[in-house]
Amino acid sequence: MEPFTCFTAVAAPMDQDNIDTDQILPARHLMMPRDERYGGYVFKDLRLDQDGNEINSFVLNQNGFRPSRIIVAGHNFGCGSSREGAVFTLVDAGFRAIIATSFGDIFYNNSFNNGLLPVVLPEQTVQKLRQQLHDGPGAEVTVDLEAQTVTGPDQSTYRFEIDAHRRNRLLKGLDAVGYTLQYEDNITTFEEQYSDDAPWELSAAQKQT
Amino acid sequence: MAQPRSLFEKIWERHSITTNEAGQSLLFIDRHFCHELSFHAFNMLHGNNRTVRHPERTFAIPDHYTPTTGLNDADYVDADTKALVQNLINNAERNKINLFGLDDKRRGIIHVVGPEQGITQPGTIIVCGDSHTSTHGALGALAFGIGASDVSHVLATQTLWQPKPKSMRVTVTGKRSIGVTAKDVILAIIGHIGAAGGTGHVIEYAGSAIQELSVDERLTVCNMSIEAGARAGMIAPDDNTYDYLRGRPFAPQGDDWDKAEQFWRTLPTDENAIFDREETLDAASIEPMVTWGTSPEDVLPVGGTVPDPSQETDPKRREALNRKMDYMGLRPGQQISDIQVDRVFIGSCTNSRIEDLRDAASILKGHKARIPTIIVPGSGLIRARAEQEGLDTIFEAAGVEWRPAAGCSMCIGVNGDFVNNKERCASTSNRNFEGRQGRGARTHLVSPAMAAAAAVTGHFTDVRKMEKS
Repeated sequence: MEPFTCFTAVAAPMDQDNIDTDQILPARHLMMPRDERYGGYVFKDLRLDQDGNEINSFVLNQNGFRPSRIIVAGHNFGCGSSREGAVFTLVDAGFRAIIATSFGDIFYNNSFNNGLLPVVLPEQTVQKLRQQLHDGPGAEVTVDLEAQTVTGPDQSTYRFEIDAHRRNRLLKGLDAVGYTLQYEDNITTFEEQYSDDAPWELSAAQKQT
Repeated sequence: MAQPRSLFEKIWERHSITTNEAGQSLLFIDRHFCHELSFHAFNMLHGNNRTVRHPERTFAIPDHYTPTTGLNDADYVDADTKALVQNLINNAERNKINLFGLDDKRRGIIHVVGPEQGITQPGTIIVCGDSHTSTHGALGALAFGIGASDVSHVLATQTLWQPKPKSMRVTVTGKRSIGVTAKDVILAIIGHIGAAGGTGHVIEYAGSAIQELSVDERLTVCNMSIEAGARAGMIAPDDNTYDYLRGRPFAPQGDDWDKAEQFWRTLPTDENAIFDREETLDAASIEPMVTWGTSPEDVLPVGGTVPDPSQETDPKRREALNRKMDYMGLRPGQQISDIQVDRVFIGSCTNSRIEDLRDAASILKGHKARIPTIIVPGSGLIRARAEQEGLDTIFEAAGVEWRPAAGCSMCIGVNGDFVNNKERCASTSNRNFEGRQGRGARTHLVSPAMAAAAAVTGHFTDVRKMEKS
């Protein structure tokens, strides 16, 4: 996983609330392997009509916003399904940070496993950022994970909060399983105690597995 | 005296192996379900030369991509789809995990099969790479959906790091009116707290109107917790739960059962336990519900009218409303009961259990469906039970399609069962997102009884006004 320290890029405003994972990655692409095409599925049905023509009203199709690598959204971004493909397609399309007032919990979790930084900021701040981006298409935003700050197009800086464990994993690009396996002894001890306490909790069929 | 604890806290603490510097807990996972889309996770596992730590705690059940018309080659959408199903079977066999394969009568939708087999038990932590894993909370488990990287993590370690979520109790007081189902209760709850109302929380559903629900009904309620944004939803185990579980294949048997039940009886939330948030609804105020928009929070009683964007003063909200109305092809102020339907789907992990099918049959009996309708059982065993009860005869007489093979079907629309562009579907599933049931599909979420009523009349109809024969 690519570490995330500080990232500056053109940002796109997405005013719609509740952008769900079906909008980010339509279900019909879920079965596709993660290959060089994966980034091409991002926001597919918001970007392209059924004939494959660009939908002009969609922000990423508009001049100035095409090179966007950061999204400033509204409320409840990434709600819906658990599909990590929604994060894969954003990352493969080059996005590294999403700023919103809130996120779907599973999407939020999945982001940290893929080097995508979800930033939660208050509604007023997010609205202001979106307005500045609408006013000046192509403007850049900086997300600094070390400093835990976002810097908007007008150079105003806002601090954001993030769980220390997740921050650390992103900063170092750490593999989660590798980290957990350092706790192997704790896990084994727990498992022994657990089956002593509740020997009934595995069925006969499972014990034969 | 010990601090009073909630059901959620008791399960959380019992499964916490250790905590790290950021206060996250390393949780032990009791049961883990995999489906066709778990292929990313198996690729990660194998790519890192790791193995499944506890195959006996892992269950593979193909459900998303399996056809419902039958399981012959010709029933699949295409060869790639069949290969995806086969890939799960291969991964299950390679890793020696429990498999309910294609020729297994127990096979069906994971969130139907888990409880039906007694794999889902009170006090357990259950995960699956599917957001509707929240369903299993109906039996007093802590159950939540995870992404592919976390699926791979659970396969390798049988654990997950999680920050402790906040807790919310939703109390539904009083008694439901006749004709109001569990689906209407959860849709009303989502309408009340919003699609992000539960974000960061685990919801416990409580109160007299929840206690009187059967286990099938509780599964419907907990299923849609994610549609309120919640991490999980749960209901305290009680005699209903134990009566449901006793004798199921994976439930404890004999002396083991007594020990298990003794433990389960310690799980319900203690009196005076504190929740981060409390919400209350009066069951008597809930009516049969219909969603009109593209988020499950866009929900109204069947007697309601679609909003009028011109009445909305906030420009951003007005634009959002206009977008929804445009996508759904609705007129401002239109009566819900005037909305004509093109197609009906009864099924999914929300509403494909035997009680759902009985509800649908009670409305369809003696009537003819006016519009194309499919009914897909949640598992092979539910299909057999429904046929034993003669429900299939009622469905056939009503001219609706009773599909022989269980699966997710038209809820997600990836197995060949989908809704066409601009077609309007009365659906018993859980999501009305844009494109969810197929590109351009217009989904209205309803209960099985309301879906059956729409099939008979061609438009949304209050089930309480339907004549039953």
